[in-house]
Amino acid sequence: MKAFTYERAADARAAVAAAAARANAKFIAGGTNLLDLMRLEIEQPAHLIDISRLPLQAIDDEPGGGLRLGAQARNSDTAADPRVRTRYPLLSQALLAGASAQLRNKASIGGNLLQRTRCAYFYDTTAPCNKRTPGGGCAAIGGLNRNHAILGASDACIATNPSDMAVALMALDAEVELLGATGASRRVALRDFYLLPETTPHIETVVHPGELITAVVLPRAPAGRQLYRKVRDRASYEFALVSVGVLLAVEKGTVEEVRVALGGVAHKPWRALEAEAVLRGRAPSVAAYQAAADAALARAVGRGHNDFKIELAKRTLVDALTKAGRP
Amino acid sequence: MPKSTPGVERAARPAAKPAAPTGAPTQKLELEVNRTSYALDVDVRTSLLDALREHLHLTGTKKGCDHGQCGACTVLIEGRRINACLTLAVMHEGDQITTIEGLGAPEALHPMQAAFLARDALQCGYCTPGQICSAVGMLVEVAAGWPSHATPDVGTRPVELTDGEIRERMSGNLCRCCAYPNILAAIRDVASGPNGGRSP
Amino acid sequence: MIGDPVPRIDAPKKVTGTATYTAEVWDAGQPLYGWIVGAAIGHGRIARLDTARAEAAPGVQLVWTHRNAPKQHEPDAGQISYARARPVLTSAEIRHHGEAVALVVATTLEEARAAAALVDVAYEAADGHFDLAAREAHAVEPPMVQSGLFATRSKLGDVDAAMAAAPVTIDRRYTTPYELAQPMEPPACFAAWKGDQVTVHTSTQIIAAARARIAQTLGIPMEKVKVVARYVGGGFGSKLGVQAETILAVLAARALAKPVKIALSRQQMFQLVSQRPASRQRVRLAAGRDGLLTAFAHEATIQQAYGSDFVEQTAACGRPLYAAANRFTTHRVVSLHLPPGGDVRAPGEATGLLAIESAMDELAHALGLDPVELRVRNEPPRDPESNVPFSQRRLVECLQEGARRFGWQRRRATPATLRDAHGWIGYGMASAIRTHFQLATSVRVRLGPSGAAVVQSDMTDIGTGTYTILAQTVGEALGISHHDVRVELGDSDFPTSAGSGGSFGAANSCNAAFRACRALRARLAAAAVADPLSPMHGLDPAGATLADGRLAIGHASEPVADLVTRLFPSGVDAIGDVADGTAEPSYKAYALNTYGAHFAEVRVDAVTGEVRLQRMLGVFDGGRMLNRATARSQLLGGMLWGAGGALLEDAPVDPRYGSFAARDLAQYLVPAHADVPEIDAIILEGVDDKANDLGAKGVGELGICGAGAAIANAVFNAVGVRVRDFPITIEKLLPGLPR
Repeated sequence: MKAFTYERAADARAAVAAAAARANAKFIAGGTNLLDLMRLEIEQPAHLIDISRLPLQAIDDEPGGGLRLGAQARNSDTAADPRVRTRYPLLSQALLAGASAQLRNKASIGGNLLQRTRCAYFYDTTAPCNKRTPGGGCAAIGGLNRNHAILGASDACIATNPSDMAVALMALDAEVELLGATGASRRVALRDFYLLPETTPHIETVVHPGELITAVVLPRAPAGRQLYRKVRDRASYEFALVSVGVLLAVEKGTVEEVRVALGGVAHKPWRALEAEAVLRGRAPSVAAYQAAADAALARAVGRGHNDFKIELAKRTLVDALTKAGRP
Repeated sequence: MPKSTPGVERAARPAAKPAAPTGAPTQKLELEVNRTSYALDVDVRTSLLDALREHLHLTGTKKGCDHGQCGACTVLIEGRRINACLTLAVMHEGDQITTIEGLGAPEALHPMQAAFLARDALQCGYCTPGQICSAVGMLVEVAAGWPSHATPDVGTRPVELTDGEIRERMSGNLCRCCAYPNILAAIRDVASGPNGGRSP
Repeated sequence: MIGDPVPRIDAPKKVTGTATYTAEVWDAGQPLYGWIVGAAIGHGRIARLDTARAEAAPGVQLVWTHRNAPKQHEPDAGQISYARARPVLTSAEIRHHGEAVALVVATTLEEARAAAALVDVAYEAADGHFDLAAREAHAVEPPMVQSGLFATRSKLGDVDAAMAAAPVTIDRRYTTPYELAQPMEPPACFAAWKGDQVTVHTSTQIIAAARARIAQTLGIPMEKVKVVARYVGGGFGSKLGVQAETILAVLAARALAKPVKIALSRQQMFQLVSQRPASRQRVRLAAGRDGLLTAFAHEATIQQAYGSDFVEQTAACGRPLYAAANRFTTHRVVSLHLPPGGDVRAPGEATGLLAIESAMDELAHALGLDPVELRVRNEPPRDPESNVPFSQRRLVECLQEGARRFGWQRRRATPATLRDAHGWIGYGMASAIRTHFQLATSVRVRLGPSGAAVVQSDMTDIGTGTYTILAQTVGEALGISHHDVRVELGDSDFPTSAGSGGSFGAANSCNAAFRACRALRARLAAAAVADPLSPMHGLDPAGATLADGRLAIGHASEPVADLVTRLFPSGVDAIGDVADGTAEPSYKAYALNTYGAHFAEVRVDAVTGEVRLQRMLGVFDGGRMLNRATARSQLLGGMLWGAGGALLEDAPVDPRYGSFAARDLAQYLVPAHADVPEIDAIILEGVDDKANDLGAKGVGELGICGAGAAIANAVFNAVGVRVRDFPITIEKLLPGLPR
């Protein structure tokens, strides 16, 4: 680990001011991914600003039935919050499908949004990686890429976003609240928050340097059944090969509302609007779900070892929709 | 979630002498471990795990992977289980830290430690302190009604502590000897005991 | 008392964190910290080295590369491999990815690791051989398998002719991946010199091998090296020999005249230890319609590193298993530029039985015969290759008892015919067999001045229960409670053992201890009958017994404590030995193995193809158990290793770089708690009197043998897809999942 200086921020404004004042500063909250990467010198901040004790841990009701998750709310507290469990069970399920209890007790909502890929070559500092060293090449292309992206990848990077939580948030139309160095805050729809790799896979989100995530805001969830399904080799404590988050509301034999998001398939949690469009207003049926899954994966491209994930994602999605659509 | 620091009252111990760091930024801090306060001056890079092991010589907390992938370093912070490898010592000033040494001693075992012994829930013993701290933290989470990935409907409370629930909730602690069946039995023994196995 | 499931005597320390493992030694003072820099290429040489930045980094005490590392001695091939010299940082040549190219020692761990990253190494990469399949044409038969414990090949009759003549044949190829032991405690060493003497705390399974390796590498007398490993956080073969961490810590501690501690990172454990070699196997079976085998052939090709002579006994495990007149087995190796392969729990059997017992299931299916019945029908009356009798063999009983307890009759003979709401259910089974070894071991038993018993050996307890079974054995032999026996292990000052490995540790050490107690009893009796003050004065010492703390001859008796206090004021001891099995007549006259039968139920998710183990049962025949609780724990652990091998564990090599691509526990998957279902291990009570005085063998590896095949066979039974390339993962099942 490279040496760095450390300070604990007194409040959110002080945190962003501190970040603006220092070159190569990073915020540290739970630290469960940042320290993991710093230990391997994949992340090399010169200065750490500890935001773990900022008063951003509350989960508050929003007017209109939404929920505001403080960026420092722990993954475990969020998953266990009665309002999350009853109004956003998809989020609770997704959080609980991720990592381990110990990690969830430490990991924050904001940090989870920013966790980086688990691509083996990103972690292997002896292998080329455009994310680690822009322009260095991508070892996963033509390499062992069983866990890699089938959607939205580029010739520069085929890594996936590992978050389960973000898949649920994507389906729930969450917004991210950011505080800038000037003290101004802005909101970004999660749908616009993540970037595809294209030619700059090292730039993963629209967060500006020094900008702090202060909250995730969930709008009122539409009526409907919510379900998260994660597929993996090990029964627990493993990142997804493929995951599916769905919300499905069927009224009088017609799909009134549907949300579909996929995890483990792309550089970002993948919202499958095409699948939603296929289903909305249609009578629920396995054939309709199959058509939706085909639409969601229509542009999927396998890279060899991960070819199976296309079929796997479709099957998992059809199954999740079938379960969510049961009367 | 209730704040509870499981453990037995221990006499105050003088702070161990830390290794003298040179060059890199250092910081003085006080760590409250097992109800004993320790003064430290550490390289800010020092993980909580390395502070415990290399500076305080509290080596009951094990280093298995240093990346949050095995659970051997599980300790309780304000009663919550975390991986001590993925956090910095300087981030824990003022926190009540409980390690395996704070739960019990060979002549005065914590009920979870006694259950692990009775059920042969260990072989090489290296993951064992982490398993035990994790199990103690887990029962507090269950008592607080937290759901898990094994909970059929996350909306239901309280959670029924089935074998499947224990297995899932303990999956953050790898045991390469695969003592899992006996670990399950030990936790079940404690959970079915008084107070749902939570420490007083 | 021997055999009782008493709690481990080391458990109070282990459950409280007060058992101190290697990296936790503080009584020799504050160490400096070492960090090893690994090669970033798989094959080639160091072209340029710049250590200036590392040397200038804060806290750095020493930076070594091949240019300035101390001269070390080359290995002597005559030695057993784990005791051979293991020089480190010897040349610019890179033999495998991650090989040590530099060592940095600094004041703190943080400084050492940060400075290690500043060692600037440029490489000249050469084309390496990294791909086992691609190099299979270059396979050769090695001169020795497992250091000569097994013949490379065996041949009886004419397999080809039998295959041509048989109505039913199986000819299949199976592959198994690289796997790693990955014990929870990373290898570590704490070395401290005092003058020309070094004390080396190291995480090792065999103290004597570590001592010999260190002494030979440094070229110093063994007597100058004290090796200590009181608690070892798992080994599974990976700690049979100490590696770069130990050699470098010892050398650096000498150079700096200060204690040095080096622990490998989890990532380095994928490069600096050794892996279970990947294998490519062919199994041929020929049978009559009655299921009786007429031919059995097993050919295994495994990875070997250039310069290594390690070959595991993959194709040897079937030699004593089933009757068949025509037989052929052989091993071949393919040299690659990868880390040397090494013993990983049940070397040879873990992979060999995966293939054989899958093939037997394929044969049963082809015959339309129950897989249990097929095995029962092929039970050999004598060892089918050596033609000597079995010392004791209850494989059939294991099979039948297991089938009964498991509810095997509920299995559907036709695959893919049983499902529930979540997926397809399948049952599978397999036989287990493992060769029993005995290796030379000595144990001292001492009665202190007050009669308190102390057992001493350099034997290790790596989670195997050695502390406890020795206390039980000595307690019973001396007629005292095991609580009153102090066991001191893992120290080269104590008598030499063969250490922990090969499932031989328990029987070796307990028999030696038992013999030490017998010798001690004889000494006490001789002294008592010669002592006019003893009530046993003048009696025949031959009939002496020890019970309830008293030495007795006939009706005369005396407390042992009184006897020792009076006649041996400074205490009395005796050393017990067991010889190498090759020197024991019964090991020539009989085939000694342990046996078992595995039964597994799996559910294969009908949508995703995820395989989840639902239930597992093993029934085992392993001679006399020394502690039924710790033995059962080992067997359960072994079975779950089998599950890991069947379903999860896989360290693929990236053939472009010659590296294991995934080098941590998030990517190399070992079973987690949620993977483990209802599982039990049943032990058939028994005593193998051909094995040794106690009739004990070992079960540390038996649990794995065949376990993975039972699961693979259950997967086939569930979905009708036969996966022959392990592990069985989703992509291999998905295309064939029943609709």
